[in-house]
Amino acid sequence: MSDTASSPAPKVVGVVIVGAGQAALSTAEALRTAQYTGPITLLGDESTGPYHRPPLSKAWLSGEMDAGQLQMRAPEMLARKQIDLRTGVRVQAIDRTAQTVTWAATEGEPGGSLSYTHLVLATGSRPRTLPLPGADAGGVLTLRTQADASALSEGLARCARQGLPLVVIGGGFIGLEVAATARKKGLAVTVLEAAPRLLGRVLAPALSDWYAELHRSHGVDLVLGAQIAKLEMGSDGWVSGVALANGTLLPAGLVLLGVGAVANDELAQAAGLACERGIVVDACGRTSDPNILAAGDCTARRLPEGSLLRLESVQNATEQGKSVAAAILGQERPFTATPWFWSDQYDRKLQMAGLSAGADQWVVRGDMAASSFSVAHYRQGQLLAVDSINAPKDHLTARKLLDKGATPAPEHMADPSWELAQALA
Amino acid sequence: MANITYIEANGQTTTVHLADGWNLMQGATANGVDGILGECGGSCACATCHCYVAEDFLAKVLPASDAELAMLDNVAAERRPNSRLACQIKASAALEGLVVHLPETQE
Repeated sequence: MSDTASSPAPKVVGVVIVGAGQAALSTAEALRTAQYTGPITLLGDESTGPYHRPPLSKAWLSGEMDAGQLQMRAPEMLARKQIDLRTGVRVQAIDRTAQTVTWAATEGEPGGSLSYTHLVLATGSRPRTLPLPGADAGGVLTLRTQADASALSEGLARCARQGLPLVVIGGGFIGLEVAATARKKGLAVTVLEAAPRLLGRVLAPALSDWYAELHRSHGVDLVLGAQIAKLEMGSDGWVSGVALANGTLLPAGLVLLGVGAVANDELAQAAGLACERGIVVDACGRTSDPNILAAGDCTARRLPEGSLLRLESVQNATEQGKSVAAAILGQERPFTATPWFWSDQYDRKLQMAGLSAGADQWVVRGDMAASSFSVAHYRQGQLLAVDSINAPKDHLTARKLLDKGATPAPEHMADPSWELAQALA
Repeated sequence: MANITYIEANGQTTTVHLADGWNLMQGATANGVDGILGECGGSCACATCHCYVAEDFLAKVLPASDAELAMLDNVAAERRPNSRLACQIKASAALEGLVVHLPETQE
């Protein structure tokens, strides 16, 4: 037969995305916006489709939102965009030669495999745990997923019923946001931070002190330089207290570990992809395999000078997703914009622009006592980052300044009557 | 509770029955309205839920906060006097029949 001699048409296999969070959704939607017509499949290991994680430590935990408000897209919108969402699927292996991913059967879900033309890893991160004695007690929680937040919410309700305090281990963003939410609910809250100041790796010392005062003024018992010996467990198997190395025993009805996150890069490692504290990608989200890309919390971006940048943020997830979609379509869309981030605690909104590591000079713009101000980070006279409290205009201008590499003189930065946008000209 | 009508840039019109407390970004994304991204989840931090409030409803919608006015500087499409961030408008009976137009782009 003549058709056996002709070469077969290229088979459209499609894009498979491992993960169903913000980076996965961003990738899928950007592919459709760019008129990609092949199949797109999201394989998520949670029971739901893409949802907003930022409210989990705030409005969701306060009980001010329902699940529908957390979801990012209606199922019918995904269907209309022909984005095939499969939930409860935990991918176990990548076969890079055969270009397939496989997963094992779980309760109710059969195992399976899928072929890909391009594979996108959007596997996220998971909370770091601590090897503390007693950490396996009930009521020792972490926060990443909606299910985690529901468990935390139930734990807080239990604390309220029994009049027991919440102890937060780690004075980072998640821990401090949960502390603020718990204080708003009227719970007693202790925050234990090992370092001598809060958020010490990202904030200027003056802003760390400001946050310490903010939490203390809202009734949080804040312990800096805390060294934890072990967690105490009651006869019911539930955590009952936190013992410090100095002999202090803090009672606890619930313990939240907020000590950072670890990239979920095991699947990539097992497949032999370059990984270093995350799946190593370039500015377009490409991994060491030309058919595999990665986006979001699971990645570590290689910078031109060779160092690695790990960002865990909404912006990183959405922008890397868009870059990955472009790369799949053969286009260059590097994500090199100034990183930005925010945190809501009590009625104060922190908005951060830029990366502050290596700063040797800090300049306050505005009145820190008035609760609307910014703190700028400089290194050798060059602007690195600006952290703004209830000052969104400063924040947005700072993003533009940093995108351009423009540096207002420190004395101009320190003068709120001097329009920062002048430095853009 | 209020019926809110979204008109996308291509003319696609969707009317949504929105419970009190839901904001207009959530009402759009949860009901299949395209043209609203809401990347930050409603934190007034990303400016990707830009909408134009129909002129005859401007007086019924609570005015924008300073934070929202600042973020509106960052919208991708043209900013107009009736520009708002959908995540900062919460449904209530006073907004019954509200019509919002969505811009061509959010990014």
